[in-house]
Amino acid sequence: MSSRGLGIALTILCVVVAPACNRRKPNTIPQPAPPPVEAPPSTTTTPPPAPPRGPERVEDRQPVAGLTEEGIDSRSLDELNRNSPLKPAFFPLNESDLDDAGRSVVTGNVEILKKNAWVVTIEGHCDERGTAEYNLALGERRAAAVKNYMVSLGIAPDRLRTVSYGKEFPFDQGHSEDSWSKNRRAHFVITSK
Amino acid sequence: MRRLRLPAVLLAILAAAAGVWPLAAQNQNQQPEIELVIGGDGNSPPHYAVPDFLAASPEAAEIASTISQVLWDDLAFEREFDLIPRDIYKTIPAAQSPEQVPFAQWREIGADGVFFGTVQKSGDKVVVQVRLFNVRTRQQVFSKEYNGTAANPRLYAHTISDEVHLQQRALKGVARTKLSFVSDRNKERLLGPIENRDVKEIYVSDYDGANQRRITTTRQLNLNPSWSPDGRALAYSSYRNITPQIFISLIYQGVLENPTKSPTVSNMMPVFSPDGSKIAFVTNRDGNTEIYVMNRDGSGVRRLTNHPAYEATPTWSPNGQQIAFTSDRTGKAQVYIMNAADGSNVRRLTVGESEADRATWSPAPFNEIAYSGRSSANGFDIKILELATGTVRQITFGEGSNESPAYSPNGKHLAFTSTRAGGRQVFTIGRDGRGLKQVTRSGNNQTPAWSQ
Repeated sequence: MSSRGLGIALTILCVVVAPACNRRKPNTIPQPAPPPVEAPPSTTTTPPPAPPRGPERVEDRQPVAGLTEEGIDSRSLDELNRNSPLKPAFFPLNESDLDDAGRSVVTGNVEILKKNAWVVTIEGHCDERGTAEYNLALGERRAAAVKNYMVSLGIAPDRLRTVSYGKEFPFDQGHSEDSWSKNRRAHFVITSK
Repeated sequence: MRRLRLPAVLLAILAAAAGVWPLAAQNQNQQPEIELVIGGDGNSPPHYAVPDFLAASPEAAEIASTISQVLWDDLAFEREFDLIPRDIYKTIPAAQSPEQVPFAQWREIGADGVFFGTVQKSGDKVVVQVRLFNVRTRQQVFSKEYNGTAANPRLYAHTISDEVHLQQRALKGVARTKLSFVSDRNKERLLGPIENRDVKEIYVSDYDGANQRRITTTRQLNLNPSWSPDGRALAYSSYRNITPQIFISLIYQGVLENPTKSPTVSNMMPVFSPDGSKIAFVTNRDGNTEIYVMNRDGSGVRRLTNHPAYEATPTWSPNGQQIAFTSDRTGKAQVYIMNAADGSNVRRLTVGESEADRATWSPAPFNEIAYSGRSSANGFDIKILELATGTVRQITFGEGSNESPAYSPNGKHLAFTSTRAGGRQVFTIGRDGRGLKQVTRSGNNQTPAWSQ
């Protein structure tokens, strides 16, 4: 119960923090890199909100991809993945084929991958309504469908690994369609630059 | 079937094992069969009482109390005996010796069998003596002495329970069996920069949930543990190298084996063959999820299914000749069966389900397959298909979603995952749907496997 509460709280935190980070990052390149306190994840689950930094201009204007190439290169893999320019693609219930919205997200990711020689793992995830075992298959199909689509758009297959996590790692811990729709996804992890 | 009158020879062996040989030999001269088995009234199971074991010294008191309580629980679990609640006989004075057991008082509260036990403790050495009496005949029908340490007093009770079930009911009790399952209770963050994910590690506990211990310390995702038939090893899949690979932990030696050496493809859902020599598993090494078999050391890999659909969750028949599995070749997951040698002779088993997954074949003498059948848009229930007749019975009824059934080695019980108590937890239940017990309570726990 409390863990679910925590999960929800963290999710909210993510939602609140993430856009703010994205907005700020592109224009604050000269800032000293955050101290490398990334000793493998401790008990904290999201980066704590940054301490007040004094007057800082929050700009509305931002590039669509959200990141300049210099900005990307100067960051560690961990940091890169934490505010990944690669967006998750979502799937309809029980489907492993990308719909229009999903294809458009993946196409965006492909554009980024064409400019960056990253190797990426595509994770297939499911909502909680199938069995744990069957969802491992469904997640695999989702990841494979995304990989195939990306290859068809010109990404070399050896830059793309797939893995299924079934329903083991829901993004949203809730038990409603709102949560489920966030959990039926392909999540992209940059594994090398 | 189980309530047999044992032939005299077998009885003599049992009696010798139980340490009551002189009595058996004596009676054998008078009658062809000796009634060592305590009966009940008419068709009802015999009523047993387990008064507190006698502590020979104050320092043995705690062990004595644990043993008697756990023995009561163990005996009640199999539901072969009717256990009289312990508070009913709190007032019956404790016998100080086997000769002083107040049979008249035990008879009065309806007991058919009553235990008398003593516990001695000196240093870390423990000696437990136990006797079971037939209250009607006032005869001792079981008698044994155990020597050991004070490390795990519950084990004395488990051993007594198993031996009493064997002698009285010719039943292999489960009191000394173990469960393995997957748990995220540590709330450790998954290694790597990925979202907010708790690691899931493999755990082991006694059948009743006591002594829960962590087996893996990978700080990764570990899934679908499966016991080797000798109960000394666990096979499971581990995501320590991004794609799941099969590992075998020899849990009493601390040795780790990695029979699948194809790190770029996924290898998962390992299950030992009944003789322990092979492992059926699931891999996408040929581009699509299929069932394969390999020798335990990873050699002799053989493909069993070959279909563009999904094939997974294999389970062996008790004689190792067949494998049941899940395929969604008709569009939805259903349970199928095939020959284990070459994957031939495939036929569909579940016909009345909209979706069925994770079949588990029962041990003998039962010939049935338990699975998760979809019961609502959001959930599953545990159902059991009798192979001889094709009849299906349901043992859970929509309280939460109920998945991943696994049989106890005597076939009388199943462990499964349920969301009925919030989160995912492991429960056990009788194959008749009675006797539900919650095994885990900390964190989320899933996909139990039951050791021999």
